[in-house]
Amino acid sequence: MSFRDVLLRRLPALAILATLVPIGPAQAAGEPLVVYTARKYQLVESLFQEYGKERGIEVKFVTDDGAPLIQRLTAEGAASPADLFISVDAGDLWRAKQADLLQPIRSPALEAAIPAHLRDPEGHWFGLAVRARTLAYSTARVKPAELSSYADLAAPRWKGRLCLRSGKAVYNQSLVAMFINDLGEEATEKLVRGWIANLAADPFSNDTLMLKAIAAGQCDVGITNSYYLGRLQHEHPALPVQLFWADQAGRGTHVNISGGGVTKHAKNRAEAVRFLEWLASPAIQQRFAAVNFEFPANAGVDPLPEVRAWGAFKPNQVNVGLIGRTQPAAVMLIDRAGWR
Amino acid sequence: MDAASPRAGPALTALLVALPMVAILAAVVHGATGTDSALWAHLTEHVLARVTANTAVLVVGVVAIAAALGTSLAWLTAGCEFPGRGFFAWALLLPMAMPAYVLAFVAVATLDYAGAVPAALRGIFGAGFTVPPIRSTGGVIAVLGLASYPYVYLMARGAFLTHGARVLEAAQSLGFGPWSGLMRVAVPLARPWIAGGAALVAMETLADFGAVSVFNYDTYTTAIYKAWYGLFSIETALGLALLLLGFVALVLALERLARGRARYAAADSGSRVPVRLALPGARGWFACGYASAVFALGFVLPALALARWALAVAPLDLDARYMDYILRTLALAAMAAMACLALAVALGYATRTGAGPVPRAAARIATLGYAIPGAVLAVGVVSALGGIDAAWRALAGGEGLWLQGTVVALLFGYVARFLAVANAPVQGGFARIRPALEEAARSLGSGTRELVTRLHLPLLGAGVGTALLLVFVDVMKEMPITLMTRPFGWDTLAVRVFEMTAEGEWERAALPALVIVAAGLLPVALLTWRMERAARAA
Repeated sequence: MSFRDVLLRRLPALAILATLVPIGPAQAAGEPLVVYTARKYQLVESLFQEYGKERGIEVKFVTDDGAPLIQRLTAEGAASPADLFISVDAGDLWRAKQADLLQPIRSPALEAAIPAHLRDPEGHWFGLAVRARTLAYSTARVKPAELSSYADLAAPRWKGRLCLRSGKAVYNQSLVAMFINDLGEEATEKLVRGWIANLAADPFSNDTLMLKAIAAGQCDVGITNSYYLGRLQHEHPALPVQLFWADQAGRGTHVNISGGGVTKHAKNRAEAVRFLEWLASPAIQQRFAAVNFEFPANAGVDPLPEVRAWGAFKPNQVNVGLIGRTQPAAVMLIDRAGWR
Repeated sequence: MDAASPRAGPALTALLVALPMVAILAAVVHGATGTDSALWAHLTEHVLARVTANTAVLVVGVVAIAAALGTSLAWLTAGCEFPGRGFFAWALLLPMAMPAYVLAFVAVATLDYAGAVPAALRGIFGAGFTVPPIRSTGGVIAVLGLASYPYVYLMARGAFLTHGARVLEAAQSLGFGPWSGLMRVAVPLARPWIAGGAALVAMETLADFGAVSVFNYDTYTTAIYKAWYGLFSIETALGLALLLLGFVALVLALERLARGRARYAAADSGSRVPVRLALPGARGWFACGYASAVFALGFVLPALALARWALAVAPLDLDARYMDYILRTLALAAMAAMACLALAVALGYATRTGAGPVPRAAARIATLGYAIPGAVLAVGVVSALGGIDAAWRALAGGEGLWLQGTVVALLFGYVARFLAVANAPVQGGFARIRPALEEAARSLGSGTRELVTRLHLPLLGAGVGTALLLVFVDVMKEMPITLMTRPFGWDTLAVRVFEMTAEGEWERAALPALVIVAAGLLPVALLTWRMERAARAA
């Protein structure tokens, strides 16, 4: 038997055999709950399973980036199996609402648990975890007293000392969107151009690389999501990089959310609402945020001790949904300013 | 079937094969009609000129490196004798199992300023010591070139081996050395196969998102993503993708014009005992050193870096689920490879036996998917299948999804994307079959079935194995289509890599990445074993 014969005869058999491998737990009693989530597997899987066990149902989910999940929901239309959409960016939630993929829900429990600026005023989506985007600095070369605001990083004394992540990163786009909402386009563009003039290195493709560059001495200060530093500090307790809460004398530090909303064509709407309420409840909030060094959206719940060690901060209180509306303008501003 | 209508059969076959891509293109064109003119104006003014220039530089650089490495190494291992040749013949294929985005993150994580290598050098030579930045145009070209030269290597090596001993004998008897033998005999004869491999590399580079993102190198494809993810306009993203496709179609058409009517049927279909040009002494060791360097940079060093990271996370991450990931990955890759091979053979049959422009035009459309960024193709796939599902519901009632969220949807996407990859070696194989053989078979009363199974398939030779291998390995590495169209629970190794890298935790993605590489070794080993055996036995 030649190699080709082996391939032609055995591969289909192998392929068919492999499709018989059981996928996921056996069907439970109730209607399954179906979640499309941009929050990644290792951050959601154990909580999803736990809820399913508690309720005697199966929680099925697929992961992907927010934008493709929105496109998948759009293509599936009324036939979509999804009950819940979970994103890691307020912009995607705003976009999903714009595209008429979410439905409003009224839930006194959710409205009590989640502060107004972290949820959609009409109930299409609710924040579940908060990530702050703020300054990170080298403890070897910068004193906290030298730091104050995002805008200050555009000052000439930071020339050749600033590191930034790529302007294509959604977290930078939402930060710029917040500035546009607060300061207007002209002032924001001036600010961003100031940052670009101060760069010590080409923008990085992620926050972790940028934080490592600060630690290694390539630059002195940068802008990061708090949890990236939390993770690095957890792995390297002696890391010479620390967090500084920006704009505390101004409007407050920029925050974004990971959150969810019930899909327009949810087949299991009641269960989806119940699941959101469960995720917003104090005991679960603690764990939902803790796995990723984030802040619970529920203001009554404490974050991890490692996260508390950064101190309390004043968040920017503008509704995070406005970020989504302004994001296209922010992306265009970033292009004009040459932030690659 | 086509005995009744000898002209319609091939055309119909080709049209059927092109159908998925036609459906996807229709969905993309339909989506692109909603292109936002304000966004378009912004992109034209501030983005497109720069990313187009970047893309041109990248494609030219990567193709040049991949063609030079692939052709020279294929010639050394197929036509010359030097220390370690037998090992390098298959080992040099291994970088193919390394996804380009993995090679990219290994390169940046170890060679950037904060990486282990420059940090160690600063430790030795002082804090002021600097190395050229890896996050640069040169860096991204080098990484993509290393990741993609195996496409050219495999195609060129197949051509060198099956051109048979006579070519090498001719080179020898004309008194050519190894270098002039390569440049004056082997390359001119293998030109269509080298060009086929280079075209695959060019399309792969155009469509790459993962690797260029790691380098923060802006290309046309990153601009497409920006329009979609950042500017929230999938319509504008699809419009940009169509423009890219038009450009690719133009270039491919020009390439065909330039190739003209040259025919490359084999002088003799079966080679005899291979004759290799001996590289004595220092020249042999130089060849060995060159092959070692490429093998080390493209495979050994990155695999070692991955292994080191993987060991650190394995206790947290490695569990029974990995068996499922592996089985599912292999099953999908095998199914897609078989489907792509079957369709490529059908296309080959159709373009060879069919008259008129229809079969050829259909074949070109069917193989366009490889040049579209995977995520854009995935949008086309879900939109096209969404349309079919909606039509099905309207006709047959019911309210569920019929195609979307099934394995069929995944395979539909894989075939649309990777048919070109199977097509290149299969067409290369067809080109070596002398038309006289088909005429003879026809005149002896062979039908289509016999023609394909008893003449074409056996004579396609290495083309079949190459096609299966290329698609198999490509599917294992594929990310956006798998993510967007997979059914519940169908997580693969590439999906696992995505989960881990999405939050910037590259080191944690080392384990699934390493398993992809290890699983990719299996088909690579099988194919090379067979190519070697065929060369020996012939």
